[in-house]
This record gives sequence, structure tokens and C-alpha cells, in this order.
Amino acid sequence: MSSPEPKRLPSTIVRDDESGLVSLAKNGDLGAFDELVNRYERRIFRLAMNITQNREDAEDATQDAFLKSFQHLPEFQGGSRFYTWLVRIAVNEALMRLRRRRPNVTSLDEPVETDDDLMPRQIQDWAPTPEQRYQTTELNSILSDAIAELDPIFRTVFVLRDVEQLSTEETAEALGISVPAVKSRLLRGRLRLREKLARYFQQGKPS
Amino acid sequence: MNCKALIRELSAYLDGELGSETLTEIEIHLERCQDCRVIVDTTRKTIQIYYNTQPLPLPEDVRQRLHQALKSRLSRRPSV
Repeated sequence: MSSPEPKRLPSTIVRDDESGLVSLAKNGDLGAFDELVNRYERRIFRLAMNITQNREDAEDATQDAFLKSFQHLPEFQGGSRFYTWLVRIAVNEALMRLRRRRPNVTSLDEPVETDDDLMPRQIQDWAPTPEQRYQTTELNSILSDAIAELDPIFRTVFVLRDVEQLSTEETAEALGISVPAVKSRLLRGRLRLREKLARYFQQGKPS
Repeated sequence: MNCKALIRELSAYLDGELGSETLTEIEIHLERCQDCRVIVDTTRKTIQIYYNTQPLPLPEDVRQRLHQALKSRLSRRPSV
């Protein structure tokens, strides 16, 4: 199922590019900003859902991320993509709500772990296209359950790098952590997700 | 290179960030280690499966609330 195409705006936008829309929005063009919202609302909501794991918090974080981005648009220098800048705001909004709801489990400190914690346990191969065993709804449910079980500090990095496709540097900037910390958390997040998905995707596993 | 060292480099290997020396060491190890081949392959699949998921359409009620809130809050914003 796909949502209907957003309505074209009857404004003066002639270049359908992000920087043109941002310039217009900076000058107070609400139509241009609305176009940016239409363009990114699904991704920002997905990001907020993935971080908060709570629909109400994700809605609030999405709404506030767009409001704050518009309010602070004059401060946006254009040194990075608008989307990356928006993601940074959305991550802060989502993490703030996650910490509020689960203050004891959302420390962003590096957990004390050894290399032994990295060693995989599930070492059976998967089918070549394991995801095709499942219908889309069922697959989405498996993927979101697996992400939900991850520790928030690994989940957030994995979502920014491998779902939202930010670079390592952009992820570090968005989270206010170092590049080595991003790399370490990404590795752990990927390995843990692999273990969780193995339950469903291993060869010989009945669907 | 042993299995533990390979796991430490796994992300960098999959992201194509390794120098040629480490890359060669990994490939030599992978040729003789079935377990690590499985781990590399299934971790790559994990990343690809998430990469291929599309964001679901925003639930219509959420979308409407978002646009209503933006409309009412932003219309009160003084023009720049």
C-alpha cells in the first residue's frame, strides 16, 4: 500500500530540490516547508518509532522535530543536508522522550563489554532470500520486534546508519558521540540483530 | 587472523572501509573458515533486509494531527 502523492504546491517553486525548498521556507514560505514535511514525515516517524518504541512518543517527537526545525531554520547554514539536520533534531526529541519514559535503561554511556560478548552463537546458515518466506506484514513485525529488543544505544546507531543511511560521521554528530563509539555500537547492534533474526531465517526453519 | 579478530573487523569489512592488507587477511581466513563465512553472509543479509524495508505510510490520523499542529503553530509564527 502506498500513500497518495503529495499535492503539488501552487507556489513559485520551479526547482524540485531540497535546497530550493529550504531557501523558500527560510523566507517564511509555509508551502515550501509543507513540501519538506511531506517529503520526510514518513522517515522521521519511522525513526522516532524505532528509537522510542512508543507510538504516542513517536508522534510527539515527529511533530516537535518539524516545528523546531522550522523555528530554527534561520540557523541552518546549509553545510549539511537539510535531512541530516532534521534527523539530528528528531533524534534529540525521540531520545528525550525515551529517557523520560525509561530513565533507568537509557544511559548513553558506553557499556562495559569485552570482545567475548561479540562472539556469535547462532552459526547456522540462512536461506538465500530468507525474507521471502514471510508476507510483508509478518516480516515487518519480525524486524520491528528484533529492533525493539536491542539496547537503545545500539538500536539508535543501527537505525541511523543502516536504516536511515546516515554516514558514520553524521551519526556521530547527531548523537554527540565519537566516530569510534559509532563504529563499536554499530558492530554490536548488527551482530545482535543477526542473532535475533537467525531464529526466523535459519535454513530448515519452518515458516 | 583468527575468528575473534575477524569479528572485530566485520562492520568495516562489510562497509568496504578496510585497507588492502587487512582485507587480504580476512579473505584468507574466510577461505578456510566456514563459520566465519556464515557469520559474514548472515550479517550482510541482516543489513540488507533492513535496508530494503520501506517506511510504512504515516497513519492517516497521525498525519492529520501533524499537519494540523504545524498549521496552527506555524501560522502564529511572525514572518521572518
